Amino acid sequence: MAPDAEHGRREEPLMSKPINTAAHIRRNGIEPPPELARISAETPLVQVEAEGLLFSGRHWLATGYDEVRAILGDNRFKMLPPAQAKLGGGGQVEVGNLLQYDPPDHTRLRKMLTPEFTLRRIRRLEPFVAEIAEDCLDALESAGQPGDLVRTFAVPIPGLVGCALLGVPRDDAADLARNFNASRAVANFGNRIDDRERERQRAAGNAFVTYMRRLVRQKRRTPGDDLLSMLIRDHGADITDEELTGTAATLMGSGIENVGGMLALAPLALLQYPDQLALLLDRPELIDRAVEELIRYLSSVPNSIPRYAGENLRVGGHLIKTGELVMCSLLAVNRSQLPGVPRDTLDITRENSGHMAFGHGIHHCLGASLARMELRIGLPALLRRFPKLRVAVPPEEIRFRTWTPNYGVDELPVAW
Amino acid sequence: MEMEMEIRVDRDRCAGSSLCVSYLPDVFDQSDDDGKVLLRTAEPGADAAQAVRGVVTRCPTGAITVRARDAQEVRDA
Repeated sequence: MAPDAEHGRREEPLMSKPINTAAHIRRNGIEPPPELARISAETPLVQVEAEGLLFSGRHWLATGYDEVRAILGDNRFKMLPPAQAKLGGGGQVEVGNLLQYDPPDHTRLRKMLTPEFTLRRIRRLEPFVAEIAEDCLDALESAGQPGDLVRTFAVPIPGLVGCALLGVPRDDAADLARNFNASRAVANFGNRIDDRERERQRAAGNAFVTYMRRLVRQKRRTPGDDLLSMLIRDHGADITDEELTGTAATLMGSGIENVGGMLALAPLALLQYPDQLALLLDRPELIDRAVEELIRYLSSVPNSIPRYAGENLRVGGHLIKTGELVMCSLLAVNRSQLPGVPRDTLDITRENSGHMAFGHGIHHCLGASLARMELRIGLPALLRRFPKLRVAVPPEEIRFRTWTPNYGVDELPVAW
Repeated sequence: MEMEMEIRVDRDRCAGSSLCVSYLPDVFDQSDDDGKVLLRTAEPGADAAQAVRGVVTRCPTGAITVRARDAQEVRDA
């Protein structure tokens, strides 16, 4: 079917046959499955049957630029399922996780957090992040080759940045990291783990959250100059301890998952495109553009958090009914639909691709500037230290985290 | 030839993404108090027109609009 050129102008809703696909969840290494671009071109908004995947049952999949912008930019599409929803989300709502809030509560919490993430504040953290990056590289180098880039570099950088932001005492960081690592992949898309493993992950996740709860109580008693203490000082009466706990856990968790994912995927992508790596080594001033392009190309959060139609809503000629669930494929848009990217190659000289890797609308990633900065500092530090960096295993042995909401690699053995 | 433009920002809509200020720091600023957009200049001149339009499109919450001098609004839909 040809794409409909008359988006939103039809009287009768378009009726298209549901398709059976998992293209929005799958990947071939760092590349999207070729089917995804075809779906974008032919059916930019379509109902999908995807048994046994994220949500068993029929849901909408948006892969077109206009469609994704329309949905993510419209607050009548909600994060929380209304009573009419046929498909449930991950179960319990996590108090304090902004991605599970709709206005007006979302507005109240986001307003408190926004000033903590201004560009000026983030830039002040640069020297600190540079120091952390060098420490991690020292550890990687002294442990000898091959070393795991994930465990010694990609995860510790956002982990330690998170600890500093939240005012976690340095002595507690190792324990906290252990629990967080053990809890990872709880949100696995498929049923790929057994019950005992799931229970182990849940226990570690609980220990992680329990630590945050204790930290919040301690900051209430003796505030410092960290983000949690500032939230308490400025808004202490308007935010509950459970919300602060959830906020702290979410900030730390999303930093590690997203920035940690990118700090391993980005070097991997550059190693797979040696001409781009050579260009960046030759012209380090391209780092800002390179980071932006790597964020677009890798789209490590392939899908935005699912939205539920809060009422009957028309998008691109389709009628999405109250309670129906919509997935927006940021990966599809970023890799095949951007007006500013006529040819989808990794091109670190590209300017202003207009990607949507951090989402769109009121839920646009709160930590986007922080994530960019950690990449802008971390990547060059890695390449300066190991200009001959290489992956130490054959490509087919790299273990990608395909079934998690945040794309990444479990480990990345490297040599230099 | 680009026309002269006037920029308007809607601070209620702004989500504090820092996108505008990172791309066009001469035109946009960000408040230290609430993290939301501030304008350094509302009339950046014809040279900046294309870059400003790019930022208008990218602003995640449509908080930035431009109006050409002939009063025709070129608001991002």
